[in-house]
Amino acid sequence: MTNLIKLSAADLSGLLADRSVSSVEVTRAHLDHIAAIDTDVHAFLHVAGDAALATAARIDARRAAGEVLGPLAGVPIAIKDVLATQDMPSTAGSKILEGWIPPYDATVVRRVRDAGLIPLGKTNMDEFAMGSSTEFSAYGPTHNPWDLDRIPGGSGGGSAAAVSSFEAPLALGSDTGGSIRQPAAVTGSVGVKPTYGGVSRYGSIALASSLDQVGPVTRTVYDAALLHDVIGGHDPLDSTSLTDSWPSMAAAARAGLADGALKGVRVGVIKELAGEGFQPGVKQRFEETLALLARAGAEIVQVSAPNFEYAIAAYYLILPAEASSNLARFDSVRFGIRVNPAEGPLTSERVMAATRDAGFGPEVKRRIILGTYALSAGYYDAYYGSAQKVRTLIQRDFDAAFAQVDVLVSPSAPTTAFKFGEKMTDPMAMYLNDVTTIPANLAGVPGMSLPMGLAPEDGLPVGLQIMAPAKLDARLYTFGAAVERLLEATWGHTLLSQAPELAPTEMFASEEGVV
Amino acid sequence: MSEITAEQVAHLANLARIDLSPEEINRLTTELGQIVDSVAKVAEVATPDVPATSHPMPLTNVFRPDTVVPSLTVEQALSGAPDHDGDKFRVPAILDEE
Repeated sequence: MTNLIKLSAADLSGLLADRSVSSVEVTRAHLDHIAAIDTDVHAFLHVAGDAALATAARIDARRAAGEVLGPLAGVPIAIKDVLATQDMPSTAGSKILEGWIPPYDATVVRRVRDAGLIPLGKTNMDEFAMGSSTEFSAYGPTHNPWDLDRIPGGSGGGSAAAVSSFEAPLALGSDTGGSIRQPAAVTGSVGVKPTYGGVSRYGSIALASSLDQVGPVTRTVYDAALLHDVIGGHDPLDSTSLTDSWPSMAAAARAGLADGALKGVRVGVIKELAGEGFQPGVKQRFEETLALLARAGAEIVQVSAPNFEYAIAAYYLILPAEASSNLARFDSVRFGIRVNPAEGPLTSERVMAATRDAGFGPEVKRRIILGTYALSAGYYDAYYGSAQKVRTLIQRDFDAAFAQVDVLVSPSAPTTAFKFGEKMTDPMAMYLNDVTTIPANLAGVPGMSLPMGLAPEDGLPVGLQIMAPAKLDARLYTFGAAVERLLEATWGHTLLSQAPELAPTEMFASEEGVV
Repeated sequence: MSEITAEQVAHLANLARIDLSPEEINRLTTELGQIVDSVAKVAEVATPDVPATSHPMPLTNVFRPDTVVPSLTVEQALSGAPDHDGDKFRVPAILDEE
């Protein structure tokens, strides 16, 4: 019998459609695997086993009754805990929202349910998506399936670890400065940050509203495209949602699998994202990938984006500024916990301050204070105002680059997965993880990460980042699928097939409730 | 070096409504100084001729039809509140007695 958990969503889709397998079987296989390994991996904050099986049974019944369902109906999916889910706790990795069950679904969650996918549970993340390692989750870190002593990336380390350890074929993530792409890179999986406004943010607990974007987390480019088609498109509930009509990303990915798909594609290598600070094995795999692309007929062009070196600085002003105002909503009145001060009068203001002290972790406090500073009178122009100007300059760099090339590439992250604790005491070192991914968020352009090999020095996954002009997400999928096919043909296998098998742990994770 | 002081961090914490301990204030004073020194480089290229971008894909006049649509019930809206009384959120005193 086929090992159902190793199949792609596309393959599962075929087996479910011709009823070779049932959604209940597929869902149970994933739940069993979660129960066996998630005590070690800790990708999930909540597993909704019974609800998932009940939903799967309903999908099976509809299919048995002859209903024609969408391509992903019956396929399980893991949902990042930043997304509101009506039937599961939604904490965004924070103590301040411990146990909170929202009264509504995020639009992407609603679309996933309407398409018949089976939500398995909620995945771990850095608190309010602030971090690059999941070490800032209030519920303990997620472990990288390639090496349990290492970080799975962040903030969406839970979603990336869930797909790369075969706990789910698909997951939802959110990417504010790389939170989908960097975890994909360090876990050997695929992640896409769509064009800003391409996917609804309604019901995504806001970090930085001008940067946040929800997107797919998968093991293959084609699976990401299938999921993108489910979650994308205009949503009147999000006033930043683009009203464009989008082409099928799945069709775009299929076009990339045709012979000669890379012939004549102009691939821009960003000079500023290929030099200092990159691990040797990351650079080596990147150079090799460029050589492969050239042999397949792509034209490799060196481009310069001189203002990218200011991207991190601009980002760590804009993000904290927006976050400090977004997180003002945690006031101990409408949702979340309430903590009274140890002494003194109980006024709303003092209860709010005590609650936020108890409910927020160190990175959240750091960024709220930084954002409050950047927005305060006397500093606003020098910091926040200047950062917004840098944003314009970075957009111009992208415009100039895309006048010369079709896609831009870089390593997705400067290093492979680092060990727990390595960067916890140095905020700036942690922030530098996002040097490659932040420019796309500042400019709003779409970006993808897919595996391009293992670093020779540590045997850990290395990711290739691809960026396309705004609204041309389809181009990412065509090019990405072509690169994935080329790399896998060269290796003779998928990258994830090289990951170590995780042994079942003795203690089974609880099937319901926060683990 | 930036000029951030512990008094300033304590003031910011008060503005942000977070009760920070003296240890947290001291640690944040050092960290904030380092971060601000590092991010201040944005001023190098942010010359007066460069317009600011607040939003990557700007949209204007995003309206919806002015029609009533279903919204949360009172029970749903109160379901996550730490405390409520009937159909209202219950909060501690807004004003200090003094």
